[in-house]
Amino acid sequence: MDEAKIDQVIDKHHSKAGSLIQLLLDIQEESGWLSKEILERVSEKLQVPLGLVQQTATFYKAFRVVPKGQHVINVCNGTACHSRGAQHVLDKIGDLIGIKPGETNVNHSFSLESRNCLGHCALGPVVEIDGKAHSIITLDEVNDVIKKYE
Amino acid sequence: MAKIKSPEGLEKFRQELVAGLDPDMPSISVCTGSSCLAFGAGEVLAAFKAEVAKQGLEANVTTKAAGCPGFCERGPVVVIYPEEICYLQVRPEDVAEIVSTTIKEKKVVERLLYTDPSTGEVAIHEYDIPFYKNQKRLVINNNIKIDPRSIDDYIAVGGYSALQKVIEGMTQEEVIEEIDKSKLRGRSGSGFPVGFKWESCHKSSGGDPKYIICNCHEGDPGAFADRRLLEATPHTVLEGMIIGCYAIGSPMGYIFVGDEFPQTVENARQAIRQAEEYGFLGKNILGSGFDLTIEVYIDGGGYVLGESTALMASMEGRIGEPRTKYDHGTDRGLWAKPTVLNNLQSWANVPFIINNGAEAFRAIGTEESTGTRVFSLKGKVNNTGMVEVPMGMTFRELIYDVGGGIRGGRKFKALEAGGPMGGFIPESLLDTKIDYEEMDQVDLAMGPGLLVIDEDTCIVDMVKFFLTFLANESCGKCTPCREGLKQMLWIFDKITTGRGEVGDLELLEEIAAVQQEAALCALGQGAAGPLLTSLKHFREEFDAHIMEKRCPAGVCKELSQNKIYSQAR
Ligand SMILES: Cc1cc2nc3c(=O)[nH]c(=O)nc-3n(C[C@H](O)[C@H](O)[C@H](O)COP(=O)(O)O)c2cc1C
Ligand code: SF4
Ligand code: FES
Repeated sequence: MDEAKIDQVIDKHHSKAGSLIQLLLDIQEESGWLSKEILERVSEKLQVPLGLVQQTATFYKAFRVVPKGQHVINVCNGTACHSRGAQHVLDKIGDLIGIKPGETNVNHSFSLESRNCLGHCALGPVVEIDGKAHSIITLDEVNDVIKKYE
Repeated sequence: MAKIKSPEGLEKFRQELVAGLDPDMPSISVCTGSSCLAFGAGEVLAAFKAEVAKQGLEANVTTKAAGCPGFCERGPVVVIYPEEICYLQVRPEDVAEIVSTTIKEKKVVERLLYTDPSTGEVAIHEYDIPFYKNQKRLVINNNIKIDPRSIDDYIAVGGYSALQKVIEGMTQEEVIEEIDKSKLRGRSGSGFPVGFKWESCHKSSGGDPKYIICNCHEGDPGAFADRRLLEATPHTVLEGMIIGCYAIGSPMGYIFVGDEFPQTVENARQAIRQAEEYGFLGKNILGSGFDLTIEVYIDGGGYVLGESTALMASMEGRIGEPRTKYDHGTDRGLWAKPTVLNNLQSWANVPFIINNGAEAFRAIGTEESTGTRVFSLKGKVNNTGMVEVPMGMTFRELIYDVGGGIRGGRKFKALEAGGPMGGFIPESLLDTKIDYEEMDQVDLAMGPGLLVIDEDTCIVDMVKFFLTFLANESCGKCTPCREGLKQMLWIFDKITTGRGEVGDLELLEEIAAVQQEAALCALGQGAAGPLLTSLKHFREEFDAHIMEKRCPAGVCKELSQNKIYSQAR
């Protein structure tokens, strides 16, 4: 994301320090993640110390300070899915693509997230990939589902 | 659309809308709630549109992208009006048959109907299905009838008539008194009287402007009811908030919600835009001279943000850490101005109370817990989803009558209510009523999520799950919570991997006691809820892990032989 575009979003929020979170969310929506350059620019424009901008970007769960993979795998680990073995599904997917929840693999093809209730409880454990939900009945199905996206 | 300038104008507009509708015209409602969408409702809706066109029925049949009625587990849900025939798990392949058989020949497609798993009985209509029949739906009853993205749909079923009534002839004090008389209490689980909170803020001399906030954060890992409700009927929430702002004298309201459900945010934003266009928001609302702006505030994510002081800190653009409460939010809240913070469901109940009167609301529920409650019911019950039940119903009724009993004929083990800060109860306490005081007596919290677990679920593992969640979500500001949770987890790791020793449980109880006393906010203070309640009711299961190195439910990997991943679906 180039500087002019960042500035545009900041201006939309009237360059107010109080709108730091909303403004970072807006920028992230455009750029997918918050790079060091973005954080620096925001700090400069808003006259907010870089440390505080960084703290904000790492405190709130919605922000990403590393780029997202091409496919985002959300494994629902809400209470119901957990009670039906979501942790095993999460472990298995992690093994398959070689990353832990919250991480993105080296070639940026996948990001893996452990999520709170997605609201599809009866069909749990549920794995949502790029917004499409998959109901996992046996662990073997995990391979098939992931393969579709490889 | 020109702005509606008076309550009379709104009434006239509603009558015109209703007159333009033919109640006998066939209408196909396809649920487009987040869950149904994730399982293909979008394609089903498109297929209906195409099929209706193909069969040349466009002039005689309407198709509607409707709101979530709550039976998400059997989605995509389709209801055919005027007969109210309910089809479940509809696929695009079923669409042609539904149109020719049900719409044209007025016959049902048997295989898509609900069949009771215990009796084998088939239900044709929505109202015949036990899941719906045993609910009391004041807030979510119209969801499947109307398109949540259409303000006209909402107005046609009587929406905004409470606002109309207020503007037509109720003073601020009268509105507050009505809410007070209804005994509506905080639906976050706080149980705090809503009318009292409004009055304190209304009377506060803490300066202007006053703010109101709708808390739709719902960070509980086991709940989706608040966000689904906002998604399915955003205008009900807005109407409640507008009435609240009028009563309190606040020109600015916020809906605080996460963006992990994009549909929820989109529907809320669209509802605000429409309400502005119609003159229910903005300047001089319905000619009353009252001005109001409502905005959606996207929260940055994190369980602790639901806590009032953390929420306000985050809305001010700061780090969302709780602080000690020296004053009431109603005197010094957001930007240090008087603020009313209520849960989404607290706001959503307001239109019903104004429309029908406090008496009618109080007639439902118990003496001190009035009205209904919307839960997300989940876990090992036959029917899961979003349910609205009267206060005073017992949990046994909820699980067996609404929930249809335990899945696969397994044995009930425990009910968890209130999420990470809630608690577990065993079978012997299932006759506890849904009532703030009764639940408090058995250490349950009135959160939006209810989880039913059976004998295949390990209680030790579930408690560990909640503690792991809280340890990740703790803001880290105070030691009892930050370090206490870490220590607890370390002990749980030992217990679940066969290294538990005598004295572990006592040590857990000791840490819990310190947390309850010394943590700064309710997260730390309540963190031991699931632990302490399960130690009270299921201690022998902990003992089995520690003394016999055995996980009776076969969940903890290291303590189970032949662990096969099983599913009770
Ligand atoms: C850790 C924590 C999380 C909370 N999360 C929520 C939440 O997601 N939604 C909510 O309405 N209240 C939540 N609350 C309670 C709120 O702080 C506040 O009491 C509530 O919104 C008041 O609404 P009510 O009086 O209408 O119930 C939470 C409290 C704590 C301590
Ligand atoms: S109790 Fe926990 S969440 Fe609350 S302020 Fe302390 S560390 Fe933060
Ligand atoms: S999302 Fe369709 S029934 Fe809930």
